[in-house]
Amino acid sequence: MIAARALRKEFGRKVAVAELTLVVAPGEVFGFLGPNGAGKTTSLKMMLGLIRPTSGTATLLGAPLGDRRARARIGFLPEHFRFQDWLTGREMLRFHGRLYGMGGVRLEARIETLLARVHLLEAGEQKLRTYSKGMLQRVGLAQALLNDPALVFLDEPTSGLDPLGRLLVRDLIRELRAAGTAVFLNSHLLGEVEATCDRVAFVKQGRTVHEMRLGEVAADLVVQVELGETTEALVSGMARFGDVVSVNGRRVTLRAKSEAALPEMSRWLVESGAALYRLEASRPSLEQLFVQVMGDDQRPG
Amino acid sequence: MNGVLTVARNTLHEAARRRILLATAVFGVIGLALFALGMHFVHREITAHGGVAAVQHRITVSFLVMAGLYAVNFLLIMTAVLVPVDSVSGEIASGVMQTVASKPVRRSEILLGKWLGFSVIVTGYLLLMGGGIVAIGRVITGVATPGLHFGLPLMLLEGLLLMTLSVAGGTRLSTVTNGVVVFGLFGLAFIGGWVEQIGTLAGNDAARTIGTIASLIMPSESLWQLAAYHMQPGVMRELSLTPFSPASVPTPAMVVWAGGYVVAVLALGLIAFRRRAL
Repeated sequence: MIAARALRKEFGRKVAVAELTLVVAPGEVFGFLGPNGAGKTTSLKMMLGLIRPTSGTATLLGAPLGDRRARARIGFLPEHFRFQDWLTGREMLRFHGRLYGMGGVRLEARIETLLARVHLLEAGEQKLRTYSKGMLQRVGLAQALLNDPALVFLDEPTSGLDPLGRLLVRDLIRELRAAGTAVFLNSHLLGEVEATCDRVAFVKQGRTVHEMRLGEVAADLVVQVELGETTEALVSGMARFGDVVSVNGRRVTLRAKSEAALPEMSRWLVESGAALYRLEASRPSLEQLFVQVMGDDQRPG
Repeated sequence: MNGVLTVARNTLHEAARRRILLATAVFGVIGLALFALGMHFVHREITAHGGVAAVQHRITVSFLVMAGLYAVNFLLIMTAVLVPVDSVSGEIASGVMQTVASKPVRRSEILLGKWLGFSVIVTGYLLLMGGGIVAIGRVITGVATPGLHFGLPLMLLEGLLLMTLSVAGGTRLSTVTNGVVVFGLFGLAFIGGWVEQIGTLAGNDAARTIGTIASLIMPSESLWQLAAYHMQPGVMRELSLTPFSPASVPTPAMVVWAGGYVVAVLALGLIAFRRRAL
């Protein structure tokens, strides 16, 4: 779907994107994460052909960036998007449908289906200037799906939506994945990303610094063990159940390979005669991982 | 081509929905009604008590018609610059353009569609107002305005020239800067045109040259002068009786230059828009 290699964008002396390399597979929901100013939106605009890269190469749906045939199979919901607010919801969708080369009964039927899907069937004849922020975001989503795309770019799709609106977006993304549509999701809301994405990339100062499958988070099960006494034999024995990260007095921290290791380890500790005071396992959230990957220098203030 | 027509239709739809067309038509009709009233009273006056000589009658009516067309020319310029001035730059600034340009249409189709839509508006405005002035003069006084087949197309070219600058300027400049630049160019041409006329009357070649250079930089005033030259009776032209009778008549080469100017500005706009980061 997307294959970008060393994409770079400079605005004068400012480097907005230093080196973007990523691959998105068909049917995959891909989360693109990074702090403000990391170059996420610029990266997305390069892929959509709205901005020309300074260097690097990329293909979208097998075609070079900006290819019109590829764009016919792409949907896009921009961040802080605006439409011609003098149009009604239906008219706006009709205009964008015509830009996709659609028309007639097929377009009208598609508009009605999408308006119903985003719960705006009743508001279809209202002018966009009367829509709330959430309604605008939903009609924007409908616009991004008009052409039944193979790949959808969503830039902060849940921005401005209430919890029910967010749930709608989450469901829509799941439906798209089930239909084999790839989704490229830019979002600050890590909970949303965690709930919907198959894979994420972290971008920092215009570079992709970390990529992972969200299932991989489970491998990072952190276990804190508090013993009556920590002997060398106990610590080396515990290493069978995971990687020992630190030993601090009576406390041992390790990364377990799986949840199944927990009862085995506690049984082994007790059988080895260790006094087990506490055994606590936790998975780092995507947010914790985000902070870890970005480092303290990315925190505001 | 489908993209051009879709965007052109949307441009016209916007003008109608934002009541631009309505406001233009209402004030146009009010203006025409006032002109008709004025023309009626003047005509009644000059034909009362046995009237005046035919030539004097024709000159008076033609002067009034030219004054009306001069006002139309000014309003046409305002319409041609102001209606499209925010169209491209405003949509880029608001982000509307991002969604449109990500669709499978060429950027050239988007810009040409807007240009086509605004061309229809400019043409319609000229036909309503220019045609209205001429028709009122004819109906009330029986005096036909000569040279309309030259004059009105030249006025249209002037309107299209300024509209094209306004549309193309929006691809690079912000709305306010774009408006200032286009009106600045128009002002330059206006002053240059008068310098050329006065220079010609005074026999001063330097002043004439300055005017010619100004006309080359911006040929709008030359187009109006040539249109005015064609749309008044020969006697007015020969005797330079009114401010609408140019002492220095622009040559047909200036029309070719203006036509090329429109094409070149539009081409530059297309290139700038294609390269523009959205």
